[in-house]
This record gives sequence, structure tokens and C-alpha cells, in this order.
Amino acid sequence: MPLSDKDRIFTNLYGFQPWNLAAARARGDWDGTAAIIARGRDAIIEEIKNSGLRGRGGAGFPTGMKWSFMPKSTDGRPAYLVVNADESEPGTCKDRDILRHEPHKLIEGCLIAGAAIGACAGYIYIRGEYAREAKVLQAAIEEAYEAGLLGRNAAGSGYDFDLYVHRGAGAYICGEETALIESLEGKKGMPRLKPPFPAAVGLYGCPTTVNNVETIAVVPTIMRRGAAWFASFGRPKNSGTKIFCIQGHVNKPCNVEAEMSIPLRELIERYAGGVRGGWDNLLAVIPGGSSTPLLPKHICDEVLMDFDSLREHKSGLGTAGVIVMDRSTDIIKAIQRLSAFYKHESCGQCTPCREGLGWVNRMMLRMVEGRAEVEEIDLLEQVTRQIEGHTICALADGGVWPVQGLIRHFRPLMEERIAAYKARQRQRLAAE
Amino acid sequence: MSEQPDSFAFDAESEAQIPKILARYPAGKQASAVIPLLYLVQEQMRRQTGSAWVPKAAMDVVAQRLSMPPIRVYEVATFYYMFNLRPIGRYHLQVCGTTPCMLRGAEEVMRACCDAAGVKGPGQTSADGLFTLTEVECLGACVNAPVLQVDEDYYEDLDYDRTVALIEALKRGERPPPGSTIGRQGSAAEGGPTSLTEV
Repeated sequence: MPLSDKDRIFTNLYGFQPWNLAAARARGDWDGTAAIIARGRDAIIEEIKNSGLRGRGGAGFPTGMKWSFMPKSTDGRPAYLVVNADESEPGTCKDRDILRHEPHKLIEGCLIAGAAIGACAGYIYIRGEYAREAKVLQAAIEEAYEAGLLGRNAAGSGYDFDLYVHRGAGAYICGEETALIESLEGKKGMPRLKPPFPAAVGLYGCPTTVNNVETIAVVPTIMRRGAAWFASFGRPKNSGTKIFCIQGHVNKPCNVEAEMSIPLRELIERYAGGVRGGWDNLLAVIPGGSSTPLLPKHICDEVLMDFDSLREHKSGLGTAGVIVMDRSTDIIKAIQRLSAFYKHESCGQCTPCREGLGWVNRMMLRMVEGRAEVEEIDLLEQVTRQIEGHTICALADGGVWPVQGLIRHFRPLMEERIAAYKARQRQRLAAE
Repeated sequence: MSEQPDSFAFDAESEAQIPKILARYPAGKQASAVIPLLYLVQEQMRRQTGSAWVPKAAMDVVAQRLSMPPIRVYEVATFYYMFNLRPIGRYHLQVCGTTPCMLRGAEEVMRACCDAAGVKGPGQTSADGLFTLTEVECLGACVNAPVLQVDEDYYEDLDYDRTVALIEALKRGERPPPGSTIGRQGSAAEGGPTSLTEV
């Protein structure tokens, strides 16, 4: 049975209603917040653990466990909550809808999460391009302060909590949590070595938890409706509802909140009007944002949209940005454009990433033309393995996984293109 | 570079913002305000000269204000793509060229920008100084692809003709409302939402 609207958390996902506090309260936000906080840190973390919520920013780390890493008693340093609203993974535009249409779910979630980890303040780091969204969020925060929901004795909880918006300025790498912290401190967004992890040494050298927008924004509803309700959707260890961004060659691209573990085909056909030209016209899908390796149609026929099912097929749920490509797609070019993206966004700190992604992109440009030798496909694959896992952060991994996926599933097409290029060359020589 | 002014000073409108920005960060952590202050510079340049960019003299002023070595400010200003380090046209046309937009016709949007704005290609400014064209990476509005950002405004669900119409409107001094150019509500499906129909 498909998810019913009464079980959707983001009832104003599309912005048919106003974003403001009065409308948010009418949707159920800020209801009994003080009582939730009164349950105490351990009880909140336990509830989130039991809900099975896994981080919605791409890595899928269990949220309750992440919160439990924060120190239980202070050594004099304050603690911080940092919300990652640097949504920049190609194919991902879900947090944008929360920021502009459901800001109070995020703000209330920040207060509850802040109380659960013992944070005195939160910073929401929003990508610079989302200028209008940042204005809405700022206005919503000001409303919350005026209503006594933030600041001293926030929402009458007895807990003091401040919340600030901080705009980035155009750098995909700042979505990596330690690069984000560097950027927030006023530096270039270059990832830090871990350990120490942010829970020990994060923003300004203080214990810090970094969570994605969607992760934080679902917290108030989980606390109100209970862990069991959230965990009733999706398969075990993949629980909850999730916003999917369905795009590319579908008849009706859209964002939709659906249950986890929904079959990919059902997701596309129920909510996005199906694949352009029908299901049989499908070539491949990138299931979870640009970093996740593509899946050819025969896998798409059956695969479920959750962390574990996609992992079994050597891909991932990532951010749940579902990029659909029909048979008219030049799939080598589609992946090459992603290689160009990652090359552009490398921060330049680690050599395998800085030099390697440029090399991969140049190689992919030749693969698009077919101006290569068949053995160079193996060379390309081998170099991606030498880049992967040899850098401080996962940007380079995300940059080479799409190429590995292409080679894994479309190698014959790449060979065909090389053969076609060679045939054209021979013809040209013969004509001369 | 002759285009660089010799000096820069924050005007009253910018000055009014600075204390509010600094108040967001703990004492002694004012370096966190470097990106917000560079934005102030760029906005002030837009107000004063019609071109939103960050001159080097302004970076020095920001460094002094935040008690940072100037090199730290230069590093930030050059690391983040949204700071224009040279003067740009009055309107900044930023075409998303990443795969999700490419699949939905970003190349047509780029062609329309070149044709209608009179720009040779990405990185160029039109002869009348009205338009600077840039190909940018994913703007994060992928279900409304293809997307063109004009200054701060997103225009979505574009095609060649609607892009040309948008640019013609800008030339007439109009600012069409941002968002979908085919009348979609946010990220809902075209023709009406496919979820949240009972709310």
C-alpha cells in the first residue's frame, strides 16, 4: 500500500501553504516541544536510535548513534550543532524544499537535537546559491525568537539555545562535514583529517555534531509520533520515510516523500509519470545523487530504494536523487559531465584527487568520442582504483564511482564507440 | 589590472549590517564573518557601480575589519566560486550545465543565452555590458531542470524559447517572477501534485 498523506512528515513540501509560524503550527509543528525536551538527553537519543533513522545527507550513518558520541559532561568547552544545508550533490534538491517551505520543522528539530547533544547553539550552513531560501530561513528564525521558541528558555523548555544562518559561497566540498566546519570558521573549505572526529574536536575546537537538513527536520515528528511509527516504514535498518528527487527522462519530474524500500519502478511510475516513452525505453538510473554508480535497466526492474538493497548492487541510496536516463541518452557523455563536475569541485588538497580527477575527465572526454584504445578502458578503471580511498575525504571516491559504474555496466558500448571511431579514421585515410 | 579601484570603504548600508553579522559568532571568532563580509562588498559594488564584484582593495578592508592577515581573505575570496574577482555585467546569467540539467536541455538554454544576450560563450560579457554568462555546476534544483540563475533568482523548467523571452524581458528592465517558467508549484509534478493531494 502506498504511503498515505497522513503519514507524510513534510505536508507542505510543495509550498501550497505559507511557510510562516502560524501555518507551521497549524501543520503540527512546535506542539509540545518543551515536553519532548523534558524527557531528557538519553531518552531523546534512545527514541531516535529506536526509530532507525539514518542520516539523510548521503552516508546513512545512524543518527542516534552519532548523537551518542557527544560528551555527556562538559570540560568547559561549549558544544555545537551544525546543520549541513550545503545541498550540492548533483541530482539533489530535497533540502531546498524544507528550507523554503518547511523551515519551522528544521528549526524545531535543531532545538530538540541541540538539547539531545548538549549544544548551546546551532549553525545552519546553507549553500550560497540558495539566497532566497536563506532569506526565508532567516525570517523563520526571527519569528521563532519573537515567539520565545529560540534563545533563553527556548519554547519554555528551560533550555537555552541560539540558532544562526551562515551562507556558503559556492563550493561542493563544503558539504563534507569537516570542510564545512573549516568554511564556517572563515577558511577555505578543505577537509580535515579524522580523527579527531567533530564530536571531540569540531567547530572552534569544540564538540560538534553535523547533521543533514532532512535528518534534523524529521526529528520532531519522530518524537511526537514515536519511534515505532517511523520504523514501521521500510525494511529493517532502512526505516522511515524519505524525500526522493525524481528527475531526468521522466514524464513528470518532482520531489516526493515516500516510504523507504519502495521499488524504484513503482517510485518512478506512481509519482513521476513514468519513464519518457515507457518503462522499456529506460536505459539506466543513477539512484542516489551523482556519486552513486548507475544501474542498468535490468537491475532497475526489481531494485528497492533503500541503503542495503542499492548497496547489494554496488550502488547506494546516497541523497536519493534519482536521475533517470532513457535510451536516447549518450550515457558516456552523461557520466563524463559528472567527471567534469568532480574535477571542478576538487579542493586541491590531496594529489590523487587534484591530479587524478583531471586525468579521469580528460580520459572520459576521449571515451565520449571513442578516441582511445580498448585497453585504455582497463587503464581508466585501474586508475580510479588508485584514486579511491587514497584521499582525506570522500569527494574523490564519489568522483570515480560513476566511472566505475559505467565501465561495469556499459563496457561493450564504450568498446563499440572506440571501434566506430577507428572505422571512421580508416575510411578517412582510405579516401585520402 | 586597471579595473581595480585604489580604495574601498563600506557605505552606511553595509556598515549597518556588520554588527549584526559579527553578533552571530563567539568573541574572538570574528574570522567566521569573512564570507558574509565579502558578500556585503559584492552587494555594495552592485549598488554603487551596477557590477557585483569584489575588488582587492575591499579584501584588504575586510581583513583589517576582522583582524585577519590579508592573505587569508584572498584565499577565501579566490576559493569560493560565487565571488566575482573581476567586474561583471549588470545581469549574471548562470546556466547549470551538470548532468541532471544536461539531460533536460541545458545546452539549449546555453545557446539561447548566447543568442539573446549577445554573448559569445561562457565566461564572456556582452558588448553592451548588460550580461555576463557563466556555466555553473549543479544549482540544486534538479527536478525543475534545466535551470538558469540570474543573479540570485532561479528560473526553472526552461527551454530555448522561454530563455530567450526571459532575457528579452531583462533587456526591457523587467524582472519576471522567479521559479518555474511553466507554472509548476515548487517541486510538485507538472499538472498537479502526485502526493499531498489529501492535505
